[in-house]
Formats: sequence, structure tokens, C-alpha cells
Amino acid sequence: MTVQEVGQPRRRKEDAKLLTGRTQWTDNLSRPGMLHVTFLRSPMAHARITGVDVSGARGLPGVVAAFSGQDLAAEQGSLPCAWPVTEDIVIPDHPPMAVSEVRYVGEAVACVIAVDRYRAADALEAIEVDYEPLPAVVDMTQALSADSPKVHETGNKAYEMTADFGDIEAAFRDAPVVVDRTFVQQRLIPTAMEPRAILADTDGESFTLWSSTQIPHVLRVMLAVVTGIPEHKLRVIAPDVGGGFGSKLQVTAEEVLCLLLARKLGRPVKWTESRSEGNLTVHHGRDQIQHVRLAAEADGRIRGLQVSLLADMGAYLMLLTPGIPLLGASMCNAIYKMDAYQFNCTGVFTTKMPTDAYRGAGRPEATFLIERMMDELAAAVNVDPIEVRRRNWIRHEEFPYATISGLTYDSGNYEAATDRALSLFGYDKLRAEQADRRDRGDPVQLGIGVSTYTEMCGLAPSRWLADANFGAGGWEHGSVRMLPTGKVEVITGTSPHGQGHVTSWSQIVADALGVPFEDVTVLHGDTAIAHKGMDTYGSRSLVIGGVAVLKACEKVKEKARKLAAYVLECSPDDLEFEAGAFKVRGTDSSKTIQELAYATFTAHDLPEGVEPNLDSDATFDPDNYSFPHGTHLCAVEVDTETGMVKLRSYVAVDDIGKVVNPLIVEGQVHGGIAQGIAQALFEEATYDAEGNLLTTTMADYLLPSAADLPMFTLDRTETPATSNPLGAKGVGEAGTIASTPAVVNAVVDALRPYGIEDVRMPCTPERVWRALEGVRR
Amino acid sequence: MIPAQFDYERPTSLEQACQALASDEDAKVLAGGQSLLPLLRLRLAYPSKLVDVGRIAELKGVHDRGDHVFIGAMATHDEVLRSPVVRDGCPLVALAAAQVADPAIRHRGTFGGSLAHADPAGDLPAVALALEAVFVAASAQGEREIPAAAFFVDYWESALRQGEILTGVKVPKLGAGWGFHYEKFHRTAQAWAIVGVAAAVRRSNGSIAEARIGLTNMGATPVRARATEAALQGVELGDQVRQACEEAAADTSPPADLHAQPDYRRHLARVLTHRAVRTATASP
Repeated sequence: MTVQEVGQPRRRKEDAKLLTGRTQWTDNLSRPGMLHVTFLRSPMAHARITGVDVSGARGLPGVVAAFSGQDLAAEQGSLPCAWPVTEDIVIPDHPPMAVSEVRYVGEAVACVIAVDRYRAADALEAIEVDYEPLPAVVDMTQALSADSPKVHETGNKAYEMTADFGDIEAAFRDAPVVVDRTFVQQRLIPTAMEPRAILADTDGESFTLWSSTQIPHVLRVMLAVVTGIPEHKLRVIAPDVGGGFGSKLQVTAEEVLCLLLARKLGRPVKWTESRSEGNLTVHHGRDQIQHVRLAAEADGRIRGLQVSLLADMGAYLMLLTPGIPLLGASMCNAIYKMDAYQFNCTGVFTTKMPTDAYRGAGRPEATFLIERMMDELAAAVNVDPIEVRRRNWIRHEEFPYATISGLTYDSGNYEAATDRALSLFGYDKLRAEQADRRDRGDPVQLGIGVSTYTEMCGLAPSRWLADANFGAGGWEHGSVRMLPTGKVEVITGTSPHGQGHVTSWSQIVADALGVPFEDVTVLHGDTAIAHKGMDTYGSRSLVIGGVAVLKACEKVKEKARKLAAYVLECSPDDLEFEAGAFKVRGTDSSKTIQELAYATFTAHDLPEGVEPNLDSDATFDPDNYSFPHGTHLCAVEVDTETGMVKLRSYVAVDDIGKVVNPLIVEGQVHGGIAQGIAQALFEEATYDAEGNLLTTTMADYLLPSAADLPMFTLDRTETPATSNPLGAKGVGEAGTIASTPAVVNAVVDALRPYGIEDVRMPCTPERVWRALEGVRR
Repeated sequence: MIPAQFDYERPTSLEQACQALASDEDAKVLAGGQSLLPLLRLRLAYPSKLVDVGRIAELKGVHDRGDHVFIGAMATHDEVLRSPVVRDGCPLVALAAAQVADPAIRHRGTFGGSLAHADPAGDLPAVALALEAVFVAASAQGEREIPAAAFFVDYWESALRQGEILTGVKVPKLGAGWGFHYEKFHRTAQAWAIVGVAAAVRRSNGSIAEARIGLTNMGATPVRARATEAALQGVELGDQVRQACEEAAADTSPPADLHAQPDYRRHLARVLTHRAVRTATASP
């Protein structure tokens, strides 16, 4: 009996080369005759460009060419937005290189192409640009006022969208309890370990673009549309990619420009960003002002929820910019039952870097607001925050459950996850300690934060995307081919950049075909190899892409069954498949699928109508999302003298359905929690009133490291998803979505006896101290 | 993140280094590079030449010189914090060095480079000031000594003259009865101090006989909390200590930045000075 691979904590096949430095990052690549491009970037948030003189750069040694936006205007096109969320949305023209006006600090205004990076960097200083300053538009609320300067001629509103479920007025009318809060989702800078890097090459007719991207397939289509290079003459390769968190789910100005420059110069062109350049020009995340009202009965049962968002789009709408806040539209109601729900969102233009997907993309914002509100509701009705959730959540026997916002949650067990988390956390003991510290007036107060989150994963059923007016489908493709020696090549349309698909897909295939884990290889990230794909984001890869691979395996097995029946001289129905072999029931006669692969290679003796291969393709489009959930509990110590928040303990019990590789899951949860904590306590992209980004280095934009985090206590409950045959739900974003409100709830819980009801994120020592100073006075 | 072009020299003697510096007024000394390289890469500094002093034997090592410890300018933070000579002779230096940035930087960054950089947010300047260390500088004209109180001139500006190289720092041994602590307040483990307090306190019969307090990031240079030092003199250990520390921010002009406004820094200076003094008096 072979061990089932799915469920084993297999060490990752990817890691040996990562750890020994044999990885192929885009910046490591070199092509004969390769040139290097650098971009001159706007120091102004908003200005008219009245002149660009690149002639000083053109004459410098080693410089091959220099161009302004005007030089490229005729051919550069406009960067795409694939998600026109409303009929009347304003999608402004978005030139990859600014031509007549700059709208954020960091926007490219000119470029130099030189024989090495050093000369290209030096020559930027010889370019002269004349700007006529225009007023910056930094604050979203002011941007919407009638007298605000305009980012675009059409005004500062990109769109407004409202969704109504149930009778919201009735829910609030005569409600015994109404909680009203405004939360700020600060702007974040996704910080992948590998900066963006691009290499474009051409043989005069065909083009190859290597990019540190999450989306080689989507990128190929979009670049073909933008540049006019025919799709079949364009190959996009994502070599090893060092993290993305959504920031590499983009069609960037630099990708378009590198391709155009390679076409113009007929030579390979490479660009690698610096970290500071990245902080300015990698799309940012979050940035919402959330007005939230919640109506409830006196016992804390929710009647209705009203959410009104201002979402900062930045200066332009990039690939998914307008849709990101709307990904939270179906999730604000979360795991709770209610009679009415209203969601409203206004997308606002400002003179800042555009926002787009960042780990969780819309769901962290939604989860934050509802989980913060549940704690505020608990305080308002004077009930324990766990208890108020119990009174409102969907009970496990009520699944499948049609939510107020129109989704159907297929499965879940909030009671089980919460009970497990409470016991691991030592909830009652910590509450007792909290009471003791409060009584003693201890300068270090204890706070306990709860987050009973859910989210939607597996983006996305194509039908749903059609309803959302999204510009593509949500399927995924997988191919399986058996090689003559019985080894297996798997080709996936997902594009891993740290997720470990090579390992997890190997485990799935090993079980499905009964072959050793070591006999499976997984190819990805190259449009010439993985011919169909929708790539990796939104915790979709396993629950859609992994399933596509599983379905391709099933097809291979069916082919092999016919062949086995012929070789073993029996009916296909007499065969049973076990441990990689077809066996004639009740006999010792059998053939392994690996032996059958060799038989298709020789093809000496095949039955009529059987093609000589054990290869298959499958494309999977899910019927529904999957809905991971869980309970995260956090204890913080707040030093009321300094305002410092110290994480004391953190428990996460996640229900992500069936698990393929628990080791990879733990890694995802650890990283996810860290990134969510980072939003709660550390990270914030800050612009000044003139629209200058102040957090351009890691000295100013603070990322926590392991030294700043406690040990996490992790556990899982397992309620399989019913929307896919693996029963998996996705785990890439769960930790990030869950942890931010758990931490802020803990901070506010510590401070509530002082009369403090909220602390803006990140809850820095200074903000906590000022909150305390405000109430001490 | 590519620096502008510069020349590079790596002399093997102090004399050669002084000559190299004297020959070019836009030359800069490169020690461990943990502060200078970021400035070059961000193109915030454009030196014509870097004189790398990493191969000069005279600048290395930590030496016991009887009444003081001589710390060579090129001793790394890691060497300093592990040195038994430092731990015995001037433990406050070891305590603070252990909190500089992160382990990678502590293995590259140097004691002298960090002080010559004269960043008031650095951890070591306040320590050198509190301990009344003496800076030794060499140039083609010879050697001179600069007391810590005169060494730090302004933000990132020291008393070192054009052509001078910091060769090392004499840190006096304070002898028996002294306790020490460095209290660093920062948001992440490798971040700069929002405020730091270096405290050296001499106890005598349950009271404070003498206190020396250096403050990190409370002005254009590291500063002594003189009012608190005076108020602490003769105070019995206990509640009065807190009261004396209320003066810690007197005569400071702390900066405003993303991490803290001046009023918050003043508040922190008071709280942290109390904590530093309390810990220093409790240390063996």
C-alpha cells in the first residue's frame, strides 16, 4: 500500500535551488547585445510637461538612445484597465510614459538606453524636463469637494456603485442599537522580496518578454492588445519570481516600454527597479475610508449593515484598480446573518500611485470593517466579543447558506474553529489577567482581539465574472503527459512565485496516477510551454488550477484503462486501478500505468482507435467560490506610558478544507499573519500635502521581521469545500485577511477602559500615546 | 540604486590614507559602508573618491590601556559587543553596540564609522557623550584628541576636519560602583531609535552619587540630560528618581519625522530616562 501523498508535509521541490542560489531571476538573465534602460521619473505629483530635452543624455558615452514620452507617443498606447465596474466609469487614458502631464511622483517622463546600467543611470542626470506645476490632489474627501483641483479633466470621481440587499431603512428604523464608525485603511506598499525586473528581446519578427510577473498569460494578451504585436508572435516568460502579493498582477508601464524599446532598437533591453523606485511605482494597496453603520437588537443580534467606502484609485485605473474594493462588497456581511445590507463605493482619483491588488484585495478591507464593528457592537451591548459573534453567525447545520449579499457559502463550521482557538489561547485565563491589570492600574494593559473571518477564494466562476463585468474568465488549465520512461510532466496555467505549486501538484498527480512523487515534474510560467492559463492570484491556484491538473490525470487514466484492457485481454470494466497499476479483478495479472506509457511510446501493438499517447488536457471552471474561515485570537500588551504595542500571543485556527501539503499551508499562514500584523502595527505609505511619497526606503516604510513577531500557535479544523473535487478552499490570503482586525481589536480592547473606541492603523506607539493623551486631558 | 562614479583607493597604512584624503577635498573615508553606501546609492552624496580604510592595521582591534579602553575605529560593532575588554572596562558600550541595527550590519558596520557619521539617531554617539570618551583623529599634520562634548557639531557633522581620519576612541573606565543601561525605543528590531537613553549611574549607600545621561535622537547632536543629571545627584533610589527624570527633555530640540513629533519625543525622553536610570541602578 503506497502512502497517500496528499496530506503529507512534503518538503518543497523548489527549495534546494532557492537555498543554493541557483535560481533564475529575471535580473540574472543576459542576452547577446543586451542594453539597459533607466527611467527618469517625475519629482512632481501634478504638473504640465512643457519641455523634455534628452539631447544631453544622447551624447554621453555608452548611451545608445534616449526618449521622452513625446518621442513614444505615437506607438505606446494606453495601459489597460480590464475591469470597467460600472456603465459610466471614467477610465482615463494612461500613457506608459507621460507625454503632456504627470499625475503622480514617480511617473516615467523619459528614458535612457545604454550599454550598461551604470551609464544609463548616470545619463538620466543629463535630461532636462520643464514642469509647470499643477495642484496636487492628495486627500480623497477633499478631492470630491466641488472646488477641488482636478486630477483629470473629467473630475475626480472614477465611479460610484451601490448594492442593496433587503430593506436597509427598515433595519435601522427604531433599532435599539446603532453603532457608527469610520475606519481608515491606510495605503500600503506591497513589498515582494524580488523587485520587478523585465527583459525584452526580438529576432525582428517575434518577441520574448521575461518579467517578474504573476500573470504571464494575461500579460501576453494585454501586451498584444496594447502594442499591436500579434499574440502568436509574443512569448511571455515568468522565470523564477520572488514573491508578488498581487503587486505583480499588473500590466506595467515598464513592461510595455521595454517591449517597445526592443522593437525600436532591435536589441534586447533589460530593466530592474531599485527598491526606492519600487516603493514609488509598484502599484499600492488598500487606501479606503470606510463609513460603517450597524443596527442591532439590544441583545446584539444584527439587523442591518450599511457600508460606504471612499476608495483611492490613485492617478489612473490600472489592470484591476476599480474592482479591488468591490471584491469586498460580498464579504462585509461575512459569517453573520442579517436582514439588510447596503454597500456603496466611490472610486476617487488622486495624484498618487494607482492602487490595485494587494494580498487579499478587497477582502481584508471588508473583513476589517466587519470584525472591528463586531467588537464595537459587543462593547455597545456589553456582551463578550465571542458571544456577540455566536449570536450572529451562521450555524454549522445551516450550510449551504445563501448570504444576504447573494453568495452561497457551501460549508463551514465556525463553532468548531472558535472553540478550538479559545482553548489553545487560554481565553478565560487571559481575560482574568486583563481584569487584574485593569484593577491594579498596571501601566502595561492587556488587550484581547478576536477575528472570526471568512473570505472568498478561487477567483473565480466565469459566470460570476461576467456579472461583475470583468474582462476575462476564471477557469484554469492543466496538462499531463506521460513520458516513455513512465515519468510525468505536468503543465499548469498557474504561475507560482513562492507558493510551491511544483510540490503540491506533484502530490496531487502522484496520488491520481499512482506514480512516485519524485517521478513528477511541473512546468509553468512560459506561454510557449503552458499554452493556456489564467495565472496566480486570489488564492485560486489550488482550487482551480490544482483541480484542472487532477481532471487531466483522470483523463490520462481513462486512456490508460483502454490500453490496459487490450494488453491484459479483458474488458475495461474488469480492471481495478490501485497504486499505479491496472489489475484484472480476481487475478494477479496487472500492468502499471508507467509500463503502459512505454507501450504508447513504442506503439508496436495498440488497439484500433487508440492514439499512441498518455497525454491529456483539462480546463476547469468552478461553479462557486470556496470560503475558508477561521478564528484568530491575539493578545497584546500596551505600554500606556509610551504607547508601545507588544504582541504577546497569537492563535490561528483556520478551516481551509482539505489540505494537500500542511507544511506549505503553515508557511502561507505564517507569512499571511505577519503581513496582516504589518498593516495593523507597522506599515503605511505616507504622502505629504504636495503629493511626495515620504516612505521611499525601508528606513521609513517599516516592515516587521521575525524579531518583531511572537511565535504563532496554528491549528486547523477541516470542513471540505464542496465546490471542487479536492475539497480544498485556498490559503494564500487567509492569514492576512484574518489578522489585521484581530490585532487592532486587541489594541482597542486594551484601551477601552480609558474611553478609547478606535486607533487608526498602523497603531504606532505615537498614535496610541496620543489617543491616551486625548482622553487623559 | 546605482551610485554616481567615484575613484577608489585602499591604502594599507594610516599615513597613505591621510595623504589620499589630503590630495582631494571631495574625498570621503569608507569604513564599514553601512551608512555611506546607502547615501551613495540614493545619490544623496557625490564624493569624488572613496578612501577605504578597511586594510589599515592601526585602526583595528580593541585595547586595554589601563585607565581607558581604546577602541580602534575599524572595530566592528560585533567585535565591540563581544570584547571582554569592553564588557569589563566600559560595559555601556557593549550594551549599546548590541542594539545597533541587525546582526548583518553589526558584522560590517564599524564603531568609528558610526561615530564619525555623527548621526544623532545612532546609538553610539549618546553613549560616547555620556561616558565622556575622547576621539583620536589623525591627519598629514599629525594627531589630535577631541572630547566627545566637542566632537558632535550638527546633524551628520563632526569636528573632524577635511583630511582627518578618526583612528579610535578612548573610553574611560568608570570603576566600581557604576551601573549602566542603554534604553532604546524603536518600532521594529532593526529600526533607528525614536529616542534612546544611555545611562551611567554611580550608587553610594542607597543613593545616586552621580549620573551621566546621554540622549539619542533628541536634537541635532546627541545631548546630555544635564538637568536630570543634576537633579539625580544625592537622590535616594525610589520615587524621587522618577521626579528627577521629568527634567530629561529640558533644553532639547528633538526632530519631527514620520515616527514621532517633538512633543512625543520629549515625553519618551522622560519615561525612558527613568527606565534607564532605574535599570542602571539595579544592575550589578
